[in-house]
Amino acid sequence: MASPLQQFEIKPIAPIEVGGVDISFTNSSLFMVIVITAVTLFLVLGMRKRAMVPGRWQSMAELSYEFIAGLIRENVGHEGRAYFPFVFTLFMFILFANIIGLIPYSFTVTSHIIVTFALAAVVFLGVTVIAILKHGVKFFGFFLPPGAPIYLAPLMVPIEVLSYLARPVTLALRLFANMMAGHTLLKVIAGFVVLLGLFGIAPLAVLVALFLLELIVAILQAYVFAILTCIYLHDALHLH
Amino acid sequence: MSVEAAKLIGAGLAVIGLAGVGVGIGNVFSAFITSVARNPAAQATVGTMTWVGFALVEAVALYALLIAFLILFG
Repeated sequence: MASPLQQFEIKPIAPIEVGGVDISFTNSSLFMVIVITAVTLFLVLGMRKRAMVPGRWQSMAELSYEFIAGLIRENVGHEGRAYFPFVFTLFMFILFANIIGLIPYSFTVTSHIIVTFALAAVVFLGVTVIAILKHGVKFFGFFLPPGAPIYLAPLMVPIEVLSYLARPVTLALRLFANMMAGHTLLKVIAGFVVLLGLFGIAPLAVLVALFLLELIVAILQAYVFAILTCIYLHDALHLH
Repeated sequence: MSVEAAKLIGAGLAVIGLAGVGVGIGNVFSAFITSVARNPAAQATVGTMTWVGFALVEAVALYALLIAFLILFG
């Protein structure tokens, strides 16, 4: 019987090697292309009619825009508008990648730590660079919260620095662990369905319920990634 | 003790931490229900933070599960 971890294997579709470095087009790359195509088609075709009173598809496209715009307005404020395209792209990519990964026989792009770490690293580095460019040396005042007495600084500053450096790690790990654990659990229960034959109807019912949970988790994790990005942006722009 | 047996015991020990996560998620939603029961108008604001809180607590559950999987299959 196949291991439940076999679904995460990277299989090269078009092997390409440049100077000893393997940059093949893999199943992961294929699904990233599929995700981006899906997002683009969803938004472009949805807005094709440009009706004043939106139809169903246009409504959904406008809702996704309004959702992120509202998120940025609430969590980052007025200066956050410049970062709307970034957060919107991030949210739509992760959302569609998570949902497309639930289709049987497909591949979940975000179930690999390197993908989620790349996304989290971009967010973390971007936010830190924005903060340093905007506040200069005062950025390091971020690590001593206002109102804390100065004699606590030797204790507080290392803790604050550590928790700041933990941000990209937790951001990446949260999405990766949710996706990997969810899909592994689905495969393990699916294995029981096959194993039990006729009585497999019980694990099948559990599987259906788990699928609903996984769908909720897929959407929720994309939302949490986006809202945490907005919160870190707020910290960078306003230094608490 | 064989490596296989040690792996299984290690994975079992690793998921003991999920008890804390169960308490945590219960706390988050208990606070949500209590605050909405006292002030139904706050549902939208409190609701948003509730889901963020739930995802953050669940992430800890998945860190524990990740360690268990790493011990079992790594």
